[in-house]
Amino acid sequence: MSETANLLREMSERLFGEICDKSLLIAAEKGEWPAALWSAMEENGLTNALVPESAGGAGLGISDAFVALRVSASHAAPVPFAETLIAGWLASGAGLAVPSGPLTVAPVRTDETLQLEKRSGGWRLTGRAHRVPFARHATAIVVLAKAGDTPHVAVVDPGRCKIEHGHSLAVEPRDDVAFDCELGPGDVRAAASGVDVATLQAFGAAARAMQISGALARALEITVGYAQERVQFGKPIAKFQAIQHNLAMLAAHSAAANAAADMAAEAAERGMNRLVIAAAKTRCGEAAGVGAAIAHAAHGAIGFTQEHTLHFFTKRLWSWRDEFGKESDWSLELGRAAVAAGPAGLWPDIVAA
Amino acid sequence: MTQLNFSPPPPLTEATEKLRAEVRAFLDREMAGMTPAQRAASWVGRSPEFSRKMAEQGWIGMAWPKTYGGHERSALERYVVLEETLAAGAPVGAHWIADRQSAPSILRFGTEEQRQFFLPKIASGECFFCIGMSEPDSGSDLASTRTRAVAVDGGFKINGTKVWTTGAHIAHYMILFCRTDTKPADRHSGVSQFIVDMKTPGITVRPIIDLSNEHDFNEVVFEDVFLPESALLGKSGDGWKQVTSELSYERSGPDRFLSTFPLLTEALAMLGNRVDDRSAIVIGRIVAHLVTLRRMSRSIAGMLQRGEDPAVQAAVVKELGTSLEQEMVEVLRLIVDVEADLGSDNAYTAVLAHMMLHAPSFSLRGGTREILRGIIARGLGLR
Repeated sequence: MSETANLLREMSERLFGEICDKSLLIAAEKGEWPAALWSAMEENGLTNALVPESAGGAGLGISDAFVALRVSASHAAPVPFAETLIAGWLASGAGLAVPSGPLTVAPVRTDETLQLEKRSGGWRLTGRAHRVPFARHATAIVVLAKAGDTPHVAVVDPGRCKIEHGHSLAVEPRDDVAFDCELGPGDVRAAASGVDVATLQAFGAAARAMQISGALARALEITVGYAQERVQFGKPIAKFQAIQHNLAMLAAHSAAANAAADMAAEAAERGMNRLVIAAAKTRCGEAAGVGAAIAHAAHGAIGFTQEHTLHFFTKRLWSWRDEFGKESDWSLELGRAAVAAGPAGLWPDIVAA
Repeated sequence: MTQLNFSPPPPLTEATEKLRAEVRAFLDREMAGMTPAQRAASWVGRSPEFSRKMAEQGWIGMAWPKTYGGHERSALERYVVLEETLAAGAPVGAHWIADRQSAPSILRFGTEEQRQFFLPKIASGECFFCIGMSEPDSGSDLASTRTRAVAVDGGFKINGTKVWTTGAHIAHYMILFCRTDTKPADRHSGVSQFIVDMKTPGITVRPIIDLSNEHDFNEVVFEDVFLPESALLGKSGDGWKQVTSELSYERSGPDRFLSTFPLLTEALAMLGNRVDDRSAIVIGRIVAHLVTLRRMSRSIAGMLQRGEDPAVQAAVVKELGTSLEQEMVEVLRLIVDVEADLGSDNAYTAVLAHMMLHAPSFSLRGGTREILRGIIARGLGLR
């Protein structure tokens, strides 16, 4: 791990560990925006990590920035950290000024497209984007839209959009946004070379893979701790072999998710290698499902309550595995690539990943 | 956090990729006449001739010092050769065990004399090893080993029986794990390792035919077998520690997730372009697992090179890897409509049959699933 990454991890552990407690998570589920948490993240330079220094950001690489993202997920931080990182990267990459405050991106679903039309003195943006994370709290939505056939990036004020509230399983905002607004010439730029909606989806998938690895690591920690404390039949349940073996599998899937997420972060940094990210999101999604099930099984009924903290992590695991392409979406892409590579080409492709 | 650390693997270099191209060219040339069913045997397929050719290329003993016949290449270069031979289904079984774990043990725990005697022979592809661990009454519970070495004038006298000994019928030597002290302070002490010449009088190797009607493993009986003092490997009584470190080599390599890779390539060959979305999803998911396992396994290769002790990580790779190998058989059989048949002329059909018959062994050899989960649980602090 680089020195930057180590410093970021320590700083993030302190920051999220101090602020992101149970009462904050409960308040967030009730709809409260955790302003103090976000301010602390901004003050420590986390939120504009991927914006170049020349544009006023921290100018970090994706792998380093994702170290902080993993820590935030291991505290279930109910903020659009991943989305703000991606929005900053997208906007600055297109040469647009990056607004301060929490940001989000649209569209987040591959089957949706937004249109830009050139108008006298500016642009007109139209289209609908579903389940946009935290749109209601964002100071700006950074969108990828097509002007003709060319992908463009636009910075949009959510106040000028029609927003319908919705939620993820983790009760995080996932809002439907209807765009029909005029934008000034300075709000829109052609996307950086090679960047399109597919890039946005891949970057989002890499981020969700990293978040899954963080939340799953926490679920493992909570579960191991619980199994060592909970006494049944006169001994901690951690002493029962059946429990030990289940927790071993939870740890194994958590380790695999970690490795896969690291791989995705590196791939994102190296030109957004799509197939590696596809493999990582598939693997992390599977680990999320298996891991959450084992964590709940070990906890028994107490883990099924609102009172216990486990659900803050497992609900995020369940929602993140569905977002930016679920396992079947990415497996399909990988499988088609394997078929295209054929028996002689598959192994070289795996090695090249 | 409770996390098991898998540090990023060392990156590929120009040297590793040049080597990879050489290995692929060699395998294309040397494996041209092999049938798919022969390729399916992979690292349990044995060809002394093939092993000698690998040695001629300098691909056995790659990472050891040149003094001992090695080639002083990096662990990562060695990994390239391993994974390329496995992906192709090369018959590397004859030298596999010696190269994977016997030689590293001798290098680490052996005397100077042992290193000079054994390592050049292994590197030349002429000296094969087997592992004497399991016994009729001592399988997963390795510490309950009953085979005994009793100190006698000038050496030791061995009595006991080893079983499930892969390749004992072609191996020149065995690394024997046995008890040297019958009243130890605890059950993990008082055990030792010996390097046993398989031609020593008193050793009987009996074949055990497996359910696929193949002769892979054996029973090895020791009756008053005399071993000189120079046969002791490492320190007397240190056997448990030594054997545990050896198992990290045994459990973390690409042989723990690529055993069934030839089945996947045969499935692709059979399906051609006729792959519906459902089948593509099944294949893609396997690829996702393979890519991730490969990263974890290479990460361990890096840890071993740095002298770390990744025993728990190795257990994770073997458990996830062999589970995938077994699952591949189960899911691929559902997307290609044939009945498994060893005698079939159709490559996929024969390879499927081979894999189905061998799949149960994947999670037995080198430590059962239950033992591995126990090791991981201990790593989590649960035991």
